[in-house]
Amino acid sequence: MNDLPVSFNEILETLTLRGGVNTNAVIIGTTLLGIAAGVIGSFALLRKRSLTADALSHATLPGIAGAFLIATALGYSGRSMPLLMLGAAITGVLGVACIHLILHHSRLKEDAAIGLVLSVFFGIGIVLLSLVQNSKNGGGAGLNHYIYGQTAAMTHKDAQLMGAIGVVASLIAIVMLKEFMVVCFNETFARATGLRVWLIDSIMLGLVVLITVSGLQAVGIILIVAMLIIPPAAARFWTDRLWRLVLISAFIGGLSGYAGASISALMPRKPAGAVIVLVAGAVFLVSMLIAPTRGIIADSMRRLRLRARIAIDHVLEELYEREHGATAGHPIGSPVLLRLIALRGWITKSDRAYTLTPAGRTQGQRIHRNHLLWEQYLVSYADIAPTHVDWSVDQVEHVLTDELISELEAALSKRGITVDQLPGTRKNGTPA
Amino acid sequence: MSSSAFQTFLILDLLALLAAIFAALSCGLLGNFLVLRKQSLMGDAISHAVLPGLVGAFLITQSRSPGIMFVGAAASALVTVMLVELIKRLGKVEPGAAMGVVFSILFALGVYLLENNAARSVDLDADCVLHGNLQNLFWTATPSSWSPLLDVQSIQGMPRAAIELLVFRDRFIAPVPYQIWTLFGTTIAVVLFITVLFKELRIASFDAGISTVQGINAGVMHMALMTFVAIAAVASFEAVGSILVIAMLIAPAATARLLTDRLITQIIVSAVIALVTAISGYALASFMGVNAAGMMASISGALLVFVMIASPSHGIITKAQNQRRLGNLVAMEDVLGSLYRLWETDERTTRAGLLTASGNSGRMGKAIDRAIASGLITVQGSDLTLTETGLSQGAAVIRKHRLWEGYLVDEAGISPDHVHDTAEHLEHLLDPPPSVIDDQSADIHTDPHGKPIPPK
Repeated sequence: MNDLPVSFNEILETLTLRGGVNTNAVIIGTTLLGIAAGVIGSFALLRKRSLTADALSHATLPGIAGAFLIATALGYSGRSMPLLMLGAAITGVLGVACIHLILHHSRLKEDAAIGLVLSVFFGIGIVLLSLVQNSKNGGGAGLNHYIYGQTAAMTHKDAQLMGAIGVVASLIAIVMLKEFMVVCFNETFARATGLRVWLIDSIMLGLVVLITVSGLQAVGIILIVAMLIIPPAAARFWTDRLWRLVLISAFIGGLSGYAGASISALMPRKPAGAVIVLVAGAVFLVSMLIAPTRGIIADSMRRLRLRARIAIDHVLEELYEREHGATAGHPIGSPVLLRLIALRGWITKSDRAYTLTPAGRTQGQRIHRNHLLWEQYLVSYADIAPTHVDWSVDQVEHVLTDELISELEAALSKRGITVDQLPGTRKNGTPA
Repeated sequence: MSSSAFQTFLILDLLALLAAIFAALSCGLLGNFLVLRKQSLMGDAISHAVLPGLVGAFLITQSRSPGIMFVGAAASALVTVMLVELIKRLGKVEPGAAMGVVFSILFALGVYLLENNAARSVDLDADCVLHGNLQNLFWTATPSSWSPLLDVQSIQGMPRAAIELLVFRDRFIAPVPYQIWTLFGTTIAVVLFITVLFKELRIASFDAGISTVQGINAGVMHMALMTFVAIAAVASFEAVGSILVIAMLIAPAATARLLTDRLITQIIVSAVIALVTAISGYALASFMGVNAAGMMASISGALLVFVMIASPSHGIITKAQNQRRLGNLVAMEDVLGSLYRLWETDERTTRAGLLTASGNSGRMGKAIDRAIASGLITVQGSDLTLTETGLSQGAAVIRKHRLWEGYLVDEAGISPDHVHDTAEHLEHLLDPPPSVIDDQSADIHTDPHGKPIPPK
């Protein structure tokens, strides 16, 4: 990988935007684009349009090649950036329109419609590209850079245009935040409040088109959709609130754009599009692992803690019942678990056997009482035969909250049942 | 075709065409089950995501043997399926986004590895990944190379036939590139998979619950299908590129689905469509001198559009025709019904009067003309009068209308002054209300408004 040694100074210069004018423009432009993609991608994600955006970006290829062919046929330069972007936008929107047509006028489902538009439009684009390459005019040689993107070929004007579009798109999204939010979360409600959902959807689509076509040169057709999908999907692990989602997603998008463009500028043969997506992907993986609300680690910790609590509850309940004459049927728990409970001060070891401490006894009694309550509730309200309730009760007794317990007590006492009078329906008739 | 043109075809085009056909067939056949399960995009994800597996396997082993490439691709396909599941479960995002995240990251990784090692792996390049490399599949054997070796007649103790067989093998079979054999084998394997496990695949695709009850593990069938999709994607990848793989996984099956309701027919039709797409796409591409994979994808799209419009069972034209026919029928019934009501009260109306009363729609005007033409209405002076047939048909409409009104009041509890508009729609149904069908002998003579119900 050490094709070209990069000095520390050079790295620092690039990262702090003291490199060449072009490099700076590209890095700033990509960062702004990343922020905008993060913002707009959040809404596309919530509106379940992520893969529609993928079809859209693939559908821009025939537009790029077609715009070039038409422009050269009319005697203009086919390399004009705004012209190619216009062509890209036209066929991109056409692709989305085709998805809607297929959905409304045939029995095919959304997955097939998206896949069809994506592959057929791209295929047409490939055909047009080979027409461009066959034509005598050699100017079309660079068009296939739009497929994977190439920051090296960008002028600082291209980069400025990209950054400006990013800023404008982000501003529009922020101004429309409330409308977008309503449409994303509850379409029916939005309709009922008199919002024109189709209009808001169209604006959203327009913003996605803007991001897609302005990012084509830097990131490329195939990977631009990743800038719209990955940052919000990563942000989703961190929060449940929309405005936080948008902020975090914008941050991840901007970071990926900045890091990707810098790395690509510093080292040879590092395609900016792929590097940007890989940076975003790395952030995604880290988020999936460590995010405190939804991350894998937090999630497994929660599961583990719940399982431990249930195991402890069972031991305390068992010991409590034995104190009240239940027969000791099976071992009460693994030595590790017992030591853990002893550490909490709920049981003590004496004569090679564990006994409950007063605190433990309270706990055990509480769990035992919950068990009886829920059991009685099932028998009297859910019409479950007394012989069938025990299994489900063992699951539920641990998750009863205090409010639920007082509700249960109230419901049962309405029918004249109080748990303290229960004829110990369980095991050896232990009183509650 | 001159013999030299034929020779050119044999050398340059035959194997490429075969590769395209095999790729289209194997993907097209499998696609039927993906489209049925609404998992078309899983094929999309897999065909993007195998790239890092292919490149990684090559970089690690420095070998391009199909076996190693396949292991790499299968590994990344497996990672894709697992990651998608994990992200769906943990991230609580829509399946599409989960898929998009996974395949774009993996594809980016593949592109990165490719570009970063471009110097070392000359023959895998990023553009070929997308649109394949059909033009590199040529046959170095030619009929002209047949003759000189036929003179080797005198290898001792060997019959002439055996020698010819050896010559044939060396000259014609050996130069066939391995991609053709891989694709051929894949197509055979896919056909076997679908024929042998057809029943299981069908039931698991239509209803996972019933499938499990009948002892067919839908999850296992799903994994088997995904494995075959991955195999077909990898085998086709080099020859036709990922875009054609996606197009062939979806388009033939989707097109066939618009032509038939039976799965077996759909599979056969999709195979024919795949074949037609491959051959015509290749021919047109050679004729125009453009990329063959792109042309095949375009043709598959054109076929889909054509079928979507013109399919005799599900096409837009057929549906529009049916709708128009239904509309005409309703208009005719409305005309006869209105005239029947007037006949009840001994009133008369003109054509213009009837049109004004019914909101002046052009459809009504045409319905009146048709009724006159088919002898349901006669024109006396300028007044419209129902003939005997017209009268009995009008009576049938009004009978249904009033029976439905009665039903809406008695059974649905709607108040009598609110039922007319609903009954205006229901009168065009073929059947009278269920209460009347259930109890043929019931004696209903008047509707909720006290108007008589015409007898049958």
